[in-house]
Amino acid sequence: MSDSRPTLVLIDRVNRTFTRGSQSVEVLSGLHLEVKEGEFLALMGPSGSGKSTLLNLIGGLDRPSSGTLQIGSDRVDQLSDSQLAHWRARHIGFVFQFYNLLPALNAERNVELPLLLTHLSKAQRRDHVAAALNAVGLSHRTKAFPRTMSGGEQQRVGIARAIVTDPTVLLCDEPTGDLDRKSGDEILTLLQSLNKDHGKTIIMVTHDPHASHRATRTVHLDKGQLSDNPVD
Amino acid sequence: MKFFHLVWAGLMRKKLRTVLTFFSIMVAFMLFAFLGSLKAALTGGVQMAGLDRLMLRHKISFIMTLPQAYKARILNVPGVKAVCHQTWFGGVYQDKPENNIGTFPVIPEDFFEMFPEFILKPEEKQAWLNTRTGAIVGRKTANRLGWKLGDRIPLKSSIWGVPAGMSQWEFEIVGIFDGAKKTTDTNNFYFRYDYFEEARQREKGMVGWYSIKISDPARSAEIAAKIDEEFANSPYETKTEAEAAFVQGFANQIGDIGAITMAVVGAVFFTILIVAGNTMGQSVRERTEELGVLKALGFTNSRVLILVLLESCLLAVIAGFSGLGIAWVIVNTVEPPQMLPLVYLPQSTLEAGAIFAVALGVVAGIIPAWQAMRLQIAEALRRGG
Repeated sequence: MSDSRPTLVLIDRVNRTFTRGSQSVEVLSGLHLEVKEGEFLALMGPSGSGKSTLLNLIGGLDRPSSGTLQIGSDRVDQLSDSQLAHWRARHIGFVFQFYNLLPALNAERNVELPLLLTHLSKAQRRDHVAAALNAVGLSHRTKAFPRTMSGGEQQRVGIARAIVTDPTVLLCDEPTGDLDRKSGDEILTLLQSLNKDHGKTIIMVTHDPHASHRATRTVHLDKGQLSDNPVD
Repeated sequence: MKFFHLVWAGLMRKKLRTVLTFFSIMVAFMLFAFLGSLKAALTGGVQMAGLDRLMLRHKISFIMTLPQAYKARILNVPGVKAVCHQTWFGGVYQDKPENNIGTFPVIPEDFFEMFPEFILKPEEKQAWLNTRTGAIVGRKTANRLGWKLGDRIPLKSSIWGVPAGMSQWEFEIVGIFDGAKKTTDTNNFYFRYDYFEEARQREKGMVGWYSIKISDPARSAEIAAKIDEEFANSPYETKTEAEAAFVQGFANQIGDIGAITMAVVGAVFFTILIVAGNTMGQSVRERTEELGVLKALGFTNSRVLILVLLESCLLAVIAGFSGLGIAWVIVNTVEPPQMLPLVYLPQSTLEAGAIFAVALGVVAGIIPAWQAMRLQIAEALRRGG
């Protein structure tokens, strides 16, 4: 049965080659991928398969060597550095494996960071931060600093920071990779809820088959090529 | 302003390092301010000097005396408006070296005409004219020694000994003068020349030097040359120059104050620049991952550059201003040593210090800020992970 939802992410014949010394290494080769709006896609593959490179391309942290990368109506591959930065602020929410919170800022200040790039007033920013922290179940930890929080709590703050601007796509790079099973499950449940209840489009890189089962679709990447079947 | 907490958080990330850097910058700026005060103290007379005043001294040395009779001849030189002679007396109060006071016998009428920057009440002026042993003293010295009007003050002179039949010189305080400007020296003690002339036991009719008021400051060199010409080939040849040049020459006996100050300040600031630059560089290197995250969230390269620069400037400005502020308080509250009567922190030093603080922040932060701006996000996140 075909999916009638519109395509949000279109990756067409994308190549990404890195130069190391005198050698060229092709990490992604003629890649084609479409992600529908509201989809929860799990991207699996062995180390070095190009998962993070692909995620960086979708998130506008890197540019393809060739090919088309379109998200919504934006040709991301054609944006300048400055345009990309503004585009990321508007459309992308990142969730990192190691949370990447700023240690000198408390939870609410960390969540507020993307809002500093908007024209919202202080009061509006405060309301948005409160709503995001409430959505991840951390209303009681707004003043806590990262060093005083568990891994699961820090990742929840990371997710609150990613969703506070209501981005078009949520990109998660091994979001449970640094967590125990219980905390990992809680994070996956939260991501599932954001996808199902709030219609968020999520692309998640993971090694963990258990995590990929929570996604609505899983694709496998190996040696720069995608397939729907797991790599042996 | 909404980014202020982010800048502040960057500084507070390593509190000890920030505090140590803060103190090193603060001490450097205190030193800068103190050196500025010292320079002002040693060259303050130059600023006090009147543009329309010349100084005439013995051609060979300042310590050699000149005939008092020169006054009339100087007054005859075209362009000369007034003349006032002074003589170094070397007054010491209560035999204490710290009470060595700048003491000068003068003719009151000549003195007031020559130095309008000394402000005295009319009744005190009159009292001085009426009292042969009367003396006027500057506010600073009067306050320091607790002198008030009507006090009888005994002084000893290391140069002129004591008057015949007396064990010391005695004066009555008839006036306490203030300065018209902040830079006016109110440490000195002036008494009447007629009393001095009558009581001294040697070198009668001789004086130390002459202050000369001229009608046109633009002609000062010409008038000075004319005066010196008047006394050429006499037993007491003279050297006349602008008052400012005379005072500057006096200060230069210690050395080129400006060059010394600049050398010390330059060395200190260069060291501090390296310290602050190293701190910022280290701070940015440690935060590679965090800066990568900020960029991933949508902070542009230029915004990251500005954030790092602001951090550097904030530290330099707070520390620099603190140093200048503390120095200002110390200079204005602590009693200066006797040999430096005019210690104050000039506004120009404060302004230069403020500019240096901002410049230090920019120069120390520019390379780390540039590095932060050029940081590749994926690379930064990979290093952190």
